[in-house]
Amino acid sequence: MDSHKLTALVVDDDRMVRIIHGKMLNSVGVKNQVVQNGKEAINVHLSGQTFDLILMDLDMPIMNGIEAIKELRSMGICSTIAGVSARSMESHIQEFMEAGLDEYLEKPLNISKLTSFIHKFYVTN
Amino acid sequence: MLGLGADLLWAHMNRLLGFLFHQGVLDEHFLQLHHLQDESSPSFVSEVLNIYFHESEKLLNNLRSLLMDRDFSDYNKMRIHLNQFMGSSSSIGAKRLTTVCLAFRAATQHSNRPGCLRALEMLEHEYCYLKNKLHELFQIEQQRALAAAARYPLQNNQ
Repeated sequence: MDSHKLTALVVDDDRMVRIIHGKMLNSVGVKNQVVQNGKEAINVHLSGQTFDLILMDLDMPIMNGIEAIKELRSMGICSTIAGVSARSMESHIQEFMEAGLDEYLEKPLNISKLTSFIHKFYVTN
Repeated sequence: MLGLGADLLWAHMNRLLGFLFHQGVLDEHFLQLHHLQDESSPSFVSEVLNIYFHESEKLLNNLRSLLMDRDFSDYNKMRIHLNQFMGSSSSIGAKRLTTVCLAFRAATQHSNRPGCLRALEMLEHEYCYLKNKLHELFQIEQQRALAAAARYPLQNNQ
């Protein structure tokens, strides 16, 4: 699938990170929206919107990444979800993966990591 | 003459950038920010960095407030602030600052309050240094843009 036909949701409480990740997705032709926490991500889906990709931060106020992913998966959301965090401890990453992630990407994200991730799920599958 | 000024400023900017890369203050993610800047967002880099400075100062104040509290014991809360600071710092290519954050995080994992205080002082120092250098870089860039945009009438007619 051409990345220009993909849509994405960026979920991060850090405004600067939302801007950078949104810009990166734009630069590879992926239309995207940004929200500030897990609760807003749930609400966007409850409003009827769906996305091919979700970039989900781990530590966020109101609802964190783990809680949000569990909720999204229980709602039947099958989007490809990448957890994006500065955390590096194996146990934290494991917990994040077990919540329902398809991939874990350690911050900082770059174009190369992003395009590899997109290729992995939308070119080979 | 003014064109020559722009060239000299360009050389000065590259020397400063080279120095910051060589010292490990910045890494390739800083260059990536510039690659993301385009005609649709010509001030992307300065906007992102202004947000970074604003948010970072809040985070540093939060970290200091936590550590100065006599009854402080919530290292988990401190780690949350640190992870956020690390995430944003690494995203703009602030390599040395991110490394100091790692040392700070290690101190929180051992509930080492004196270690955290020392790490915070290093973090504040490193942040000030980075901010000053980036401001210097922006000033040179602005001067260079002004010098490059200025034209002698003679040049315009050629």
